[in-house]
Amino acid sequence: MSPLLEVVGLRKSFPSARNMFGRITERTVVTDDVSFTVSTGETLGIVGESGAGKSTIGRQVLRLIEPDSGSVRFDGKDVLEMKGRDLLAFRRRAQMIFQDPFSSLDPHMTIRNAVGEPLTIHFGIKGAERDRRVVEMLERVGMREDQLDKYPREFSGGQLQRIAIARALTLDPEFIVCDEPVAALDVSIQAQVLNLLLDLQAERGLSYIFISHDLSLVRFLAHRVVVMYRGEVVETGTTDELFENPQHAYTKALVAAVPNPRARRRTATVRSAAIELEA
Amino acid sequence: MATGVSLSPLNSATSDVLEIDRLSVEFATDHGWTRVVDEVSLRVPGGTTVALVGESGSGKTVTSLAAMGLIPPRGARVTGSVRIAGREIIGLSERELSDIRGTDVSMVFQEPRRSLSPAFTVGDQVAEVVRRHEGLSKAKSVARAVEMLDSVGIADAKSRASAYPHEFSGGMCQRVMLAIAMVCRPKLLIADEPTTALDVTVQREMLRLMKQLQNEYDVSILFITHDLGVVSEMCDRVNVMYAGQVVESTEVDDLFENPRHPYAEGLLAAIPDGHAKGSRLSAIPGAVPAPWDWPSTCRFQSRCTYQQAGRCDAGPVPLRHIAGEHSVRCERDGELFLKGLSA
Repeated sequence: MSPLLEVVGLRKSFPSARNMFGRITERTVVTDDVSFTVSTGETLGIVGESGAGKSTIGRQVLRLIEPDSGSVRFDGKDVLEMKGRDLLAFRRRAQMIFQDPFSSLDPHMTIRNAVGEPLTIHFGIKGAERDRRVVEMLERVGMREDQLDKYPREFSGGQLQRIAIARALTLDPEFIVCDEPVAALDVSIQAQVLNLLLDLQAERGLSYIFISHDLSLVRFLAHRVVVMYRGEVVETGTTDELFENPQHAYTKALVAAVPNPRARRRTATVRSAAIELEA
Repeated sequence: MATGVSLSPLNSATSDVLEIDRLSVEFATDHGWTRVVDEVSLRVPGGTTVALVGESGSGKTVTSLAAMGLIPPRGARVTGSVRIAGREIIGLSERELSDIRGTDVSMVFQEPRRSLSPAFTVGDQVAEVVRRHEGLSKAKSVARAVEMLDSVGIADAKSRASAYPHEFSGGMCQRVMLAIAMVCRPKLLIADEPTTALDVTVQREMLRLMKQLQNEYDVSILFITHDLGVVSEMCDRVNVMYAGQVVESTEVDDLFENPRHPYAEGLLAAIPDGHAKGSRLSAIPGAVPAPWDWPSTCRFQSRCTYQQAGRCDAGPVPLRHIAGEHSVRCERDGELFLKGLSA
C-alpha cells in the first residue's frame, strides 16, 4: 500500500545576510534533504531541539511555507504542483493544529464563527445547518453549546486548544499536522487533548504528524519517530526501536536526557532488588 | 483554624532556611479582594531542594514572589510569615529587602532572556550584584564576575563577560542568571520553572549545574515547576499546590509511590508511559476554577472522582498531618486506595 504522505528531499533556506544593495549573500539552511512517509492511521513523531527545523517541516508539508526543493506527495498527488481547486481540496483534507491557541484563533471571532468558517469556505454551508455541525463538533471536543457566542479571551488555554482542534476537524480531514499541540497546556489538560486525538484516530483512521520536544509524549503517541538535528534527519525508526536502542549520538543524548519519574521508580526497584540479592 | 493541623512539625526545626507560615496573598480584582494564595505553609531545610508543584493558576509563582518580597504593595495584601534564615521578611522596607536579595535569597526565572538587561554586558550584570552588596571596586567586582561565570560553565569566561545577552543562547543566559543569583552566596535560591523554556538536553545540563552549585555553595533550593519528571530528578521534598492551597506535602519518593491526595494521584497518572502504548491517558476532568470561584469546601471536589456529597462539600478541609513528614488535605483520607507510579 502506498503511504498517504510521502516527503522526499525537502530543503528550505532563509536569507541570513545581504550586501549593501540588498542582494542576498548568505543563506541559512533550516531543513536539508528531509524525507519520510506517513501511512493511513499512523502517527509519525518528529522530535528535536528548538531550531532543529521541526516546525518548518510541518509547515512545508502543508505548503504554509514553500520549500526550495524536494517533493511532497499526498494520496499520490504532488502537493507542490497543486493549484486552485486541487489545492483547496488538499487544504480540506489536511489540517494543522498550532502550539499556541491564544494566537492561532482570531480574537475578534466568536467560537461559532471560528469553528464554522471552514464549512462556509469549503462547502458554502451557512445558517442553521452550519450551527448544527459546529455544535456537534464542539460537543465532540467536550465544549458546551452555550459557549458558542463567546470570544477566545473568555476561555482557558485548554479550552481554546480544544476549540482549535474542533476547527481543524469540522472539515473531516484525513491528516493533521500537530505542532506541539499540548506544550502550552497543564499536565491534567494535556491528557484530555491527547486522548481526544487518540479517540479520533481510532474512530476515523486519522493520520498525524506529531511535532514535539517532549519525548515521553512522542513515545506514548507515535508509531514511528523521525529525529531531527540542525535541519537534518539523523535517525528514523519505529518508536520502540528508537527508544530502546537509539543509534545516533544525538538520539542517545536526547533519550537519556528525559527526566522520567517512572524510570526512577524502575531503577529504584532494580537497585533494591540488587541489595536484597546481596543480603 | 484548628490546632494540631500539620503546622507543628513545620515550625519546630530551626535549621530551616525558608519557613513560610500561613502565607496568604490577596489581589484587588473586579471581584473584590481575591485570595490567590491561601494559608500556605512550607519549609526548606538547610541543604535540601524542595519542590512546589502545581498547574498554572495554582498560586505557586505568587507564593515564591511573596517569599522574595516581590509582591507590589499596591493592590495586594500579604499576610502570614516568611522567614529566610530566621529573619522575618514580611513588612520589611524596600531598602531592607534589597539588602537581603542576593545575599540571603536569590531567584531565577523561567525566561532568562527577559530577566537580563539587553543593554549591559553579562559581566557587568554579575559584577553589579557584587558591587551593590560587598562594595568592591569596579575591577575587583568584574574579576569576581568572571570567576562566577566560569563556575557556571561559561567557557572562556574572561572574554565572554563582555558579551551581551543577545549573543548567548537560552541555556547560556540561564547560566548567567544563575551566576547573578549565586555570586553573593545566598542561603536560599528560588528557581521558578528555570528549565521550562529549555530543550531537554540543555535542561539536563542546567539541572546538573544547579546540583553542583548546591554542593559547592551550600545553598538550599525552592524549586517551582509543573514537571514531575524534573521533581523526581532534583528534589527531596515536594509540596503539591491546587487552587491556592497546599494539598499534599511529603518526601518525593513517598509522593510517587504513595500519593494520598486524589489530585496528586491524577497528576501522576497523567504522565505518559511509553510502555503502556495504545491505552488512553488518564485525564483529570474539567479545569482549575478561577480564584473568585473557589469554594470554601474542598477545592478539588468538582473534578474529583472520589467526591462524596455531604462530606467533601460540607466545609473547609484542613491540611492534616498523617505520618512522618507527610501531610494531606483530603476529607476522605484513609478511606481511599490511591495509585502511585508502579515500577
